Amino acid sequence: MDKLPRWADIALVPFINLALALIVSGLVVALIGQDPFEALAIMVNGAVGSSYGWGYTLYYATNFVFTGLAVAVAFHASLFNIGGEGQAQLGALGVALVCLAVPWPHWTLALPVAILGGALFGAAWAAIPAYLQARRGSHIVITTIMFNFIASALLVYLLISALKAPGMAPETVRFPEGARLPTALEVFGAIGIPFSRTPLNVSFIVALIACWGVWVLIWRTRLGYEIRAFGRSEPAARYAGISPFRITMLAMLISGGLAGLMAVNAVMGEQERLIQDNVLGAGFVGIAVALMGRSHPVGVLLAAILFGALYQGGAELEFETSVPREMVVVIQALVILFTGALDGMVRSPLERVFLTFRKQPKPGLAPETRP
Amino acid sequence: MTFTKTLLGAAAAGALLAGAASAEPGLIIDLGGKFDKSFNESAFTGAQRWVEETGGDYMETELASEAQREQTMRRMAERGANPVMVLGFANASTLETVAPDYPDTTFVIVDAVVDQPNVQSVVFAEHEGSYLAGMMAAMASETDTVSFVGGMDVPLIRKFACGYAQGAKAVNPDIEVISNMTGTTPSAWNDPVKGGELTRSQVSQGSDVVYAAAGGTGTGVLQAAADEGIMAIGVDSNQNYMHPGTMLTSMVKRVDNAVYDAFEAAQNGNLETGLQEKNLSNDGVVVAMDEFNADLVTEEMTAAVEQAKADIVSGEIQVHDYSSDDSCPALDF
Repeated sequence: MDKLPRWADIALVPFINLALALIVSGLVVALIGQDPFEALAIMVNGAVGSSYGWGYTLYYATNFVFTGLAVAVAFHASLFNIGGEGQAQLGALGVALVCLAVPWPHWTLALPVAILGGALFGAAWAAIPAYLQARRGSHIVITTIMFNFIASALLVYLLISALKAPGMAPETVRFPEGARLPTALEVFGAIGIPFSRTPLNVSFIVALIACWGVWVLIWRTRLGYEIRAFGRSEPAARYAGISPFRITMLAMLISGGLAGLMAVNAVMGEQERLIQDNVLGAGFVGIAVALMGRSHPVGVLLAAILFGALYQGGAELEFETSVPREMVVVIQALVILFTGALDGMVRSPLERVFLTFRKQPKPGLAPETRP
Repeated sequence: MTFTKTLLGAAAAGALLAGAASAEPGLIIDLGGKFDKSFNESAFTGAQRWVEETGGDYMETELASEAQREQTMRRMAERGANPVMVLGFANASTLETVAPDYPDTTFVIVDAVVDQPNVQSVVFAEHEGSYLAGMMAAMASETDTVSFVGGMDVPLIRKFACGYAQGAKAVNPDIEVISNMTGTTPSAWNDPVKGGELTRSQVSQGSDVVYAAAGGTGTGVLQAAADEGIMAIGVDSNQNYMHPGTMLTSMVKRVDNAVYDAFEAAQNGNLETGLQEKNLSNDGVVVAMDEFNADLVTEEMTAAVEQAKADIVSGEIQVHDYSSDDSCPALDF
């Protein structure tokens, strides 16, 4: 029997984590001489108080949905893929190559191919650590994080040589007009709803479809069942005839592909050219998102929106007040720390509380039922 | 598309109207940070000086990452800041797309040329200032070897190195000029440890004057020079005070003046768009002489520098600009 009721597991624990993180952040803000309540108000208002805020929040959330799903799928196979950063960077390369290779006439043609390109490159980058894990037993945590550095170096190399645009900055030329994804401003504008100019674009819908797709994969397909079985117990899965090699490879390929899809939003939807630092740490935020979302697509979506709001609210806080940029990073880090790393700190006491509540009636009843 | 354009225009106009009441200038501090003791700090100093002297107010924000350039720039423009000042060539391609969306806002970009009707592009004749620094280095050197540490390997930084080498060779045609770049990405602007390593390696090759044109990386170069007991030349801001006794001079790029002038002009309503060149003739670039390097600068040096400066201004000496044709007659990269 589960120690925690379901609602406590998926709602109460993350909520307490978040509240603790905000309290500590507030203390830190107060320590540097700012008003924590005002700071919180600016962050909330900046993130969800206007269509501008929502646009950016959901734009960042789209990134985190992809990387969060990537980590979640690997989690189900009990593989800890912390290479989302590198896989997304390679995905960016794939998307950029697609966008630059053909003078796209319309985005509807460019988008599917870009999705394919991003997913393929991301998956390919995950394939090597996956193979090393499945065949050689090299631990995936070590290999994937090392591959982040290789990806970053590879991208730098390409951006200062083959792909470099004329000029001084290490970036590619802008993508052709036909590869530009419609933004929320245009989509809502077409049906007469005013929306601020933000980078939120149709990739958000791709992210929602990806959420649904992962749910179908994990809970409604044979492969998903195998991934979960393998994740719960490798010996049992092996005994049931599930090939560990096959599941490790497939889970990591899907994971890498999802991380690579992030580039459709960030690179194709916003930056419209390949730059060096295109992932913005979303690969690592994806780990926190997957942890907080309990590796369930709905949870991942909600957690991604929360982190999107933190990113956008943080940017706003930096802009509106004299809270320095580093402080905003500290606040974001505290939320990640409490929801990710210190999860057990809340969970164990909470489990004890729930267990005592559940057990209490028994000793009470026992004497009476005795003759 | 036309529809979209109209919509964008309307949105921009709306944003401007909203912010028109407070047309404060806006300054976006670039990667590397406000207190890099170099390029960004110089801009910040200029803005502070403007505040002190005019009592005006300005908006300021620090860029968080490469990918947030556009958001930050648009945010600044939509908040009603006018002019919006961005620092560094890395902003060029972003500004190229952002500027047309805010036709009533003037943008000022330092170190790059953006050809838009509402953009003022401020460029500096770094090759001229570096030429003078190179002359001083060659005159101060006893080993006939001087060196250069660049930040990110881009034409702009090669322009510094090329001017420096030309100046050194004008004094001593046989001098050896060693040149190293810290890296090829923006992180090369903020890597003092590697800057120090490069300097030590140059010292082991015989260099006794090092010129750092590397943003925040330069602090490592100057520190290593002080530790090794050789002379160093700072850049962008006047860095002479950092290590008195080993700082030969600083090739000061008056980014602070560019900021001050732009803010001042905007307040008086006469900010001009187009290209602004800051060079030796208008004191846009200077070699810093103050109490911290007075002991190292000989009278002979001062005279030679003054003479060369006059000759460059009059056109008698032509300093080759690396970025004009991506080549350097005095130095191989």
